[in-house]
Amino acid sequence: MSGVHVTTTINGDEVDFVCPADETLLDALRNRLGLTGAKEGCGTGDCGACSVILDGRLVCSCLVLGAEAQGRKIETIEGMADGEKLHPLQRLFISHAALQCGICTPGFLIAAKNLLEMNPDPTEEEIRFGLAGNLCRCTGYDKIVRAVQAAAKEMRGA
Amino acid sequence: MSETGIGARVKRKEDHRFITGKGRYTDDINLKGQVYAYFVRSPHAHAEIKSINTAKAAKAPGVLGVFKGEDVAEDKIGGLICGWMIHSKDGSPMKAGPHPILAVGKVRYVGDHVAVVVAETREQAKAAAALVEVQYGVLPHNVDAAKAKSAKGQVHEVAPNNLVFNWSLGDEAATDAAFKKAAHVTRLEIVNNRLIPNAMEPRAAIGSYDTGDDHYTLYTTSQNPHVARLVISAFHGLAPEHKLRVIAPDVGGGFGSKIFIYAEEVVCLWASKRVGGRPVKWTAERTESFLADAHGRDHVTHAELAMDKDGKILAMKVNTIASMGAYLSTFASCVPTYLYATLLSGQYNIPSIYAEVDAVYTNTAPVDAYRGAGRPEATYVVERLVETAAREMRIDPAEFRRRNFITSFPHQTPVIMCYDAGDYNASLTKALELADYKGFPARKAEAAKRGKLRGIGFSNYIEACGIAPSAAVGSLGAGVGLWESAEVRVNPVGTVEILTGSHSHGQGHETTFAQLVSDRLGVSIDNVSIVHGDTDKVQFGMGTYGSRSGAVGMTAIAKALDKIEAKAKKVAAHVMEAAEGDVEFKDGSFSVKGTDKKMAFGEVALAAYVAHKFPTSEIEPGLKESAFHDPTNFTFPAGCHICEVEIDPDTGVTQIANWVAVDDFGSVINPMIVEGQVHGGIVQGVGQALTEGCVYDSGSGQLLTGSYMDYCMPRAADVPSFKLAFTETKCPSNPLGMKGCGEAGAIAAPAAVINAITDAVGVKDLPMPATSQVVWNALQPMKKAAE
Repeated sequence: MSGVHVTTTINGDEVDFVCPADETLLDALRNRLGLTGAKEGCGTGDCGACSVILDGRLVCSCLVLGAEAQGRKIETIEGMADGEKLHPLQRLFISHAALQCGICTPGFLIAAKNLLEMNPDPTEEEIRFGLAGNLCRCTGYDKIVRAVQAAAKEMRGA
Repeated sequence: MSETGIGARVKRKEDHRFITGKGRYTDDINLKGQVYAYFVRSPHAHAEIKSINTAKAAKAPGVLGVFKGEDVAEDKIGGLICGWMIHSKDGSPMKAGPHPILAVGKVRYVGDHVAVVVAETREQAKAAAALVEVQYGVLPHNVDAAKAKSAKGQVHEVAPNNLVFNWSLGDEAATDAAFKKAAHVTRLEIVNNRLIPNAMEPRAAIGSYDTGDDHYTLYTTSQNPHVARLVISAFHGLAPEHKLRVIAPDVGGGFGSKIFIYAEEVVCLWASKRVGGRPVKWTAERTESFLADAHGRDHVTHAELAMDKDGKILAMKVNTIASMGAYLSTFASCVPTYLYATLLSGQYNIPSIYAEVDAVYTNTAPVDAYRGAGRPEATYVVERLVETAAREMRIDPAEFRRRNFITSFPHQTPVIMCYDAGDYNASLTKALELADYKGFPARKAEAAKRGKLRGIGFSNYIEACGIAPSAAVGSLGAGVGLWESAEVRVNPVGTVEILTGSHSHGQGHETTFAQLVSDRLGVSIDNVSIVHGDTDKVQFGMGTYGSRSGAVGMTAIAKALDKIEAKAKKVAAHVMEAAEGDVEFKDGSFSVKGTDKKMAFGEVALAAYVAHKFPTSEIEPGLKESAFHDPTNFTFPAGCHICEVEIDPDTGVTQIANWVAVDDFGSVINPMIVEGQVHGGIVQGVGQALTEGCVYDSGSGQLLTGSYMDYCMPRAADVPSFKLAFTETKCPSNPLGMKGCGEAGAIAAPAAVINAITDAVGVKDLPMPATSQVVWNALQPMKKAAE
């Protein structure tokens, strides 16, 4: 296979992989690195199921090329917990029952983490707009919003 | 109530794997030697296939095989079936046209499966698919349900005028007679807009043929893997059931669309053998999901409601045309018939009802059950009629409903259903209070000061869940029984495995089913595991749809638990040297009446396996029981949803200002999970009412809403938070008193939204989806009149 050699940092670890020049970061994560937490819900950047954080910025990994990961820092759902210790958003998603089938959940968690990094004290409206790039067909969003509110509060130490 | 028993807000056991990215969905699974399928799909709505040339594609890099309908026929693989026989009024059976897994002779909708390419990589399969040359002879098409009977093109040879069946229910003469006595008649033309289900996980399948054992395995995104195995075995004839294993692992939402057996999964299985036993994987691209998942709704209805002078309903007449799409999908025919017309009595005492349904073929994707399946269509008809009738007769809509509520149970409706329990006044009263109905005029006046139009709408829905009993549905045409199975395996250490035929794809069964076990056996829910979704583990089951997993699936578990308790009592009696009748079981321990002798559940389990202390000639060792449960009736959840909207007349944008839902689901196992089901259902219903609409272009027959840029799903910023409350009347037909909650929101919501918008705008009716453009247009004549 002719391909591009990519060296990147994923969840703090340096990673090497080779992929075709036109392969998406999502496919590289899922099929080359076994990181299947990010999902393909649409492949067009409309549903957010493939969300990852690239150099601090929320992106749809289906719209980023694997080759573009060269020299960058990527955060995925697999790196969100600190070992066995869950991130407050993960813990509060469970205690608020903010997920059902779970397929969109990694994307929501990553998007919510990025939102709270940029805005630690969002209003409900800001949370709803902040998560509007992610589609969920199960929950009706209500419990997701509550979980993010609770996480924001906890993370602020309020 | 224990901390993890029935009624507790237990955190979901399954969630840890999902929130850490460790969920295992079909597309996350990769098998050794796996290759990829890509489907060549029809670009035409209706065309004759003149020729298919696969030569170029077959030579493309990485290609292992290119297959078409003739290849499938060569192996005598049967077509897709519809499992519910409906007879027309004249007694003739429904006209089911052939539905091969790869097209033969003709294509009938854009997206129809024509051929498949199997290659080493997905990209190679996709590139080669573009090289398959298909010569089409285009035929006249029709995508519109209302025009199907007079359309120029005939979709299936067996169905003249594209009529699948002309079915009726109820007493026409009595209904006509009642209409003649009416003081007022309300009439509506109702279109229940066509929807595309859009589970966030696209459908996927891996078919794998083991050449050594002559055995097939299918991983698939299914709500009912056992039914899939049965159909693939019995109707497609691919392999006998003992040589076919179907696994539905984590499934990312279904909403009905993953009940059905689809061509792609059968093709992957079949093709695996054709390519020498290499596993064949297919994952739908989202556009394929839009094109080729079974769609929902698509009804065109004329409905009339007759009242006496006091607003008492005398009779209802309904005439519906229901699109089936281009083929009859697995359960398509029961949706606009026995799941629709049987619910037209709503929550009301209606002496006579007559419904006539024409099911028609159109050149569109097949239409089948989608969250609610027939019941949302029924509720929409009933609740739009009732609200409109109240307005026309100048009776408060809440009062109008009260005058007509069914208040004594059991209640036999004129459309088959016998409602067993309910209290419709209770849910209405509670909802009025939570919605501050009395304060609405003041809120409307305040909104008007800000230049906004405020409206309020009710939806007093009813649904029927847990479709049953088997003999009854069989007499109505069902090809299967609708019971459920369960097996309880108690391990020697007292931990418990439950094998269930229900399938969880978001409903939280791993938690709620464990709560039942915890409640009954007194074991911690951490010591209970729920096994589902694998035909090699669970013997048989009917799967999850129609909100049946609680009322039917959990009841089967409860029955098996009864047997476990009975046997454990026998074992405990021997070990404690007591008469069996003196052994009591409470809070997880067995005790002997009048003594201090006691054994924990785990100790009895161990004793059952050690088998030292009881005569094995009378009591078999071990502790494992199973049960099949066939319910005696449907269950009838019902409730009242009140939606309040505010509309900006300058833009036509509708904002939901307030939503109250008061539901009666009978016993609630886990309120936190039930709330989530209601929230999700409401938002799907709000989607139908405000933004979602599947559009086929009548000229070209192309699907115009084939992406998220064109098909507008509700997002977090589009919807509000919800005020929820429950009322409770126990369901008498199952020991837990459960009714089902999975579809209620989607059933209730559309009518509540449209009733609110029509109230705000001051028009009789508006089409769904009531987008800002629709609302703005509706406001223009009034604005002109005011100028």
